[in-house]
Amino acid sequence: MVDKSLELFDCGHRACGGCGPAMLARLMLKATGENVIVVASTGCMEVFSTPYPETAWKVPWIHSLFENAAAVASGIEASLKHNNRTEKVVCICGDGATFDIGMLCISGAFERGHDITYICYDNEAYMNTGIQRSGATPYDASTTTTPAGRMSTGNALPKKDLPQILNAHGASYVATASVAYPMDVMKKVEKAINTPGACYIQVHTPCSTGWGFDGAKTIEIGKQAIECGLWVNYEMENGELKKAKKILRTPVDDYLKAQKRFRHLFKPERNAEEIAKIQAIADANAAKYNIDIKLKE
Amino acid sequence: MLQIMEGSHAVAEAAKLCRPEVVSAYPITPQTHIVERLAEMVADGELDAEYLCVDSELSALSVCLGSSAAGSRVYSATSSQGLMLMAEVVFNVAGMRQPIIMSIANRALGAPLSIWNDQQDSLSLRDSGWFQLYGEDVQEMTDQHFIAYKAAERHDVLLPGFVCFDGFILSHTYEPVDIPTQEEIDAYLPPYVPYNKLDAKSPLSMGMYATPDYYMEFRYETDLAMQRAGNAISEVGKEFGEMFGRDYSMHTESYRMDDADVAFVALGSICGTVKDAIDEMRADGIKAGLVKIRTYRPFPAKEIAHALAGVPKVAVLEKNISLGTSMKGIVGLEVKDALTGTGIDVYSYVVGLGGRDIRKKDIRAIAALAEKGEGNMFYGLRTELL
Repeated sequence: MVDKSLELFDCGHRACGGCGPAMLARLMLKATGENVIVVASTGCMEVFSTPYPETAWKVPWIHSLFENAAAVASGIEASLKHNNRTEKVVCICGDGATFDIGMLCISGAFERGHDITYICYDNEAYMNTGIQRSGATPYDASTTTTPAGRMSTGNALPKKDLPQILNAHGASYVATASVAYPMDVMKKVEKAINTPGACYIQVHTPCSTGWGFDGAKTIEIGKQAIECGLWVNYEMENGELKKAKKILRTPVDDYLKAQKRFRHLFKPERNAEEIAKIQAIADANAAKYNIDIKLKE
Repeated sequence: MLQIMEGSHAVAEAAKLCRPEVVSAYPITPQTHIVERLAEMVADGELDAEYLCVDSELSALSVCLGSSAAGSRVYSATSSQGLMLMAEVVFNVAGMRQPIIMSIANRALGAPLSIWNDQQDSLSLRDSGWFQLYGEDVQEMTDQHFIAYKAAERHDVLLPGFVCFDGFILSHTYEPVDIPTQEEIDAYLPPYVPYNKLDAKSPLSMGMYATPDYYMEFRYETDLAMQRAGNAISEVGKEFGEMFGRDYSMHTESYRMDDADVAFVALGSICGTVKDAIDEMRADGIKAGLVKIRTYRPFPAKEIAHALAGVPKVAVLEKNISLGTSMKGIVGLEVKDALTGTGIDVYSYVVGLGGRDIRKKDIRAIAALAEKGEGNMFYGLRTELL
């Protein structure tokens, strides 16, 4: 049961003000409760929450390496199973650790079907090392390794569809969520930890530092991403799309304009051609997940 | 009771007798027979363990790390490229002080690709924080597994360990071997008692990051633990001898070292050939001896210096190459360091890389080179190919 008053992610950690991933850590533990073992990958959250000798985690927590959280979690789960222990095993890893360097271990863990929940805090780039592009970086975002310039409009590649990849592994529950909708996050974490087998939740966690917006606006930015269709909140169970959040869609412009990582698309003038491509990504999402609310004429 | 058994199968029996709760490994020649046999044991209900078939060696050792952190005794085995793919986890496991035991069927590293034996793989990870034991024959490498677990799990040690043996030469050879009974091993090796573990009833954070204000002390503590591992291996090796009649209280074994004019130093299966060659040389009046290194990490420098005291020439047989160093061999550099100030001449001879055979006459020829003061070289090159 989600216990909203439960605080297992302590204050005093080193995250930036308005850090989306920090919000997720707090929400996630309200949903898991105390009977959990958390496995972290190397990344922002690991660094800001566990500078020795301090830790923000009031539950058992382990970090090994950047790429192996899913395998470490597999080993923990095997040990718990062997000893009839009841703790839930939850991975919390960034998008670089998930989309890129950790794919091998994740694929193995999901193929084996361990009873684990893998949560990706998706802030759409390698933020810990200074905002480099990952497989989760959206099209045209300017990062330090895909900088916008005279010959470039930023990241030239689309965001990898990782939920579908894990769905194809036969995961019993795959969901996306956003810290802009905290109740939804907690509900999905609760569902995942109570679903047998390997489950995946990808949570949009805006990063004020990496995306370039005021840390007071994390929730607002998260909502804008959903309202324009560039992020879709949905659930898949046993391979089938069950639910997607319906919206009255707005154009992508406002979401893009609010973030420095896309400002090159508006300076010196609006880059209509590129923005049209991003709008097409939102349109495709809307069609794929059927999220548009159709108003009666 | 002696049984004729393949080396890999004897190792699998040893691993089973240690009662690991989780086994995770990835196939790689020449380690495969070990993990295949363990899989059969699990399938037949002989071994009550979780057996995880994984996607890679990276995952294999990461799985072991997770299980160990959760409080289980675990086992893995690998070779060569597999060990290299694991390397990042290898260092990590030691830093996290998880007493994982892993068998290494020693094999050369590519390129060029070679499935055959040398010891480049485990020796290249000498600074990883795992203790390293090397077996000469199937009996020794089997026994070393029991000793390794018992030493690793001591709360004054808490370090992982490799049990290394030459791929094919030992892993695929049938020899008579005495396998203890389960009751005997249960008496020798009690159930694993973790110093701490991941447990919701007693939360702790493992694997935190350390700033420059803290990092060095972690490394210092790990080095102290490695030094204590030396004592632990010796003590549990002695205890093993008292229970089973095969004493492993020494990190080295000296063979015909009395009045030796030239001493070989070596690790692993080559020691058998060297002993035979020494017997023949002695019969011909050449005073040769051998110091076999059983524990390579922690490096038993004092014991080696004591064993080699007064020997004018030392020939280190190296199944490895430390590219770009003056001596060429990894072990020779450390033997030379152990003998600093003694005036003893130490030479490395790179032999047997990638599975090239080493014969008794080669050993004799190397003794002659050492006597002449010629060393720090490859021995046995096919010059017509160069």
